[in-house]
Amino acid sequence: MHLPCNACKKQPATVHLTDIAPDGEKRERHLCETCSQKEGVTPTGGSAVSLTQMLSAFIGGGKVTAQQIADLRCPQCKLTFIEFRNNGQLGCPHDYDAFEKALVPLVERAHQGASRHIGKAPHRHERPRIPENDLIRLRQELTRAVDNEKFEEAARIRDNIREIELQ
Amino acid sequence: MMQKFPQHAGQWLGPPGPRSEIVISSRIRLARNLAGFPFLSRASEDQRRELADKIRIHLDRKATAGKWEYFDLDQLDELDRQVLVERHLISRQLVEAKGTRGVSIAQDETTSVMVNEEDHLRIQSLRCGLQLDEIWNEVNAVDDRIEDRLDYAFHPRYGYLTACPTNVGTGIRVSVMLHLPALKLTGEIERVFRAAKDMHLAVRGLYGEGTEATGDLFQISNQVTLGRTEEDVVNEFRAMVIPRIIDYENLAREALMKEKPLALDDRIFRSYGILKNARTISSEETMLHLSHLRMGVHLGRIRDIDMRTLNELFLVTQPAHLQRLMGERLTGEQRSSARADLIRSKLNGKQEV
Repeated sequence: MHLPCNACKKQPATVHLTDIAPDGEKRERHLCETCSQKEGVTPTGGSAVSLTQMLSAFIGGGKVTAQQIADLRCPQCKLTFIEFRNNGQLGCPHDYDAFEKALVPLVERAHQGASRHIGKAPHRHERPRIPENDLIRLRQELTRAVDNEKFEEAARIRDNIREIELQ
Repeated sequence: MMQKFPQHAGQWLGPPGPRSEIVISSRIRLARNLAGFPFLSRASEDQRRELADKIRIHLDRKATAGKWEYFDLDQLDELDRQVLVERHLISRQLVEAKGTRGVSIAQDETTSVMVNEEDHLRIQSLRCGLQLDEIWNEVNAVDDRIEDRLDYAFHPRYGYLTACPTNVGTGIRVSVMLHLPALKLTGEIERVFRAAKDMHLAVRGLYGEGTEATGDLFQISNQVTLGRTEEDVVNEFRAMVIPRIIDYENLAREALMKEKPLALDDRIFRSYGILKNARTISSEETMLHLSHLRMGVHLGRIRDIDMRTLNELFLVTQPAHLQRLMGERLTGEQRSSARADLIRSKLNGKQEV
């Protein structure tokens, strides 16, 4: 199939882009090697676009650098933002804070620009709650201790968890 | 509870509900996760078991009104799991997920709570016809009762936290199942699809993909869960989206009756003929013909079948229900003929040939 380049209309297109506009419409563009380099779609030298470059273009440049995204990792569950993007699932509640900068544009895109909850809330939300992040981290430590057969340490952590929950 | 299942229709195909000429059933689910635990993709098997135990204990302890029964998916055989899917009590995703998981189901099957599907909890209520307010009240009440005893993961800005950000905030999904044979026949169903997309609603065929729905059954659901209240979402469906689609379908049915009554009758009665006489039939073909019959009954073209029989047939001809009813596992071929026999006996009554 020989699609002519959308830009110069002369060379055959070898780079095929699908743009998804905010309203969900898909638009296809077909560019030849030269024009795609001119437009900055492919880096000169022909090397593959790195994931972080794609991510930062996706997020819209400006506020967050590609390096900052690459460094995003949740201290509680150890998930990285890139892992999340690869499989679509977050690892723990704290991710919403750990990944905030990168997550807000995603959330807005999914929910027609909204990024704040205005609906129902748990009754008990006002009362003092368990220190959730501590518990998540402790539970991960417990799993690791058991996996490494450090059973005394595991028992200690388990007691710790129980104590916190009883408060 | 599992023993009773094949014998009665359950909720989504139960007694005719409001607007049941077009609305088959409506459902609302809430996605919730417990605080202090990782989401399921990062949870170890021990943590999953702990989650399931914690949730199960609190569901047992009168977190729910009336008697519920809990099913551990690992303890159910494949057929029974399928029966639950066919009754719309669990999703295929729960069946296919790994690790400790289960579902707690109310006696009358209106409400259920899936444990460890994509989120720790998925609370769901389901009724036939259009009963969104009743369903919302039910699911809201169960949510409150669970939350009395268990801390949910909740964020002051993002609301109820979910494993996938597409569900964050209210965690609500409203879904309505519609029977739209006239819109499908005239091709106008495409307009409904486009209008739904404009309103950020998902439409999919119940059996089959996209516009290739079998049996003219479609499910429409919301996609946005953040930045709106739960009542906003429910009201939009109840007061605007569904009534509009119902009107469209009714207009299309009237137009067909006026302009092409013969073509309409032919389609209905050919389906009637096939169902009354076929010796082997697949479940997909059954869906298609049953949906034509359904339209025929609602338009008054067929007067000797009642809706209850049709609804029962929709359910018991499905693969797992059929095998449970026959009392044994069957091969594809055996199912096709058992299905045809069952349909003939229900439609022909005593005059079986």
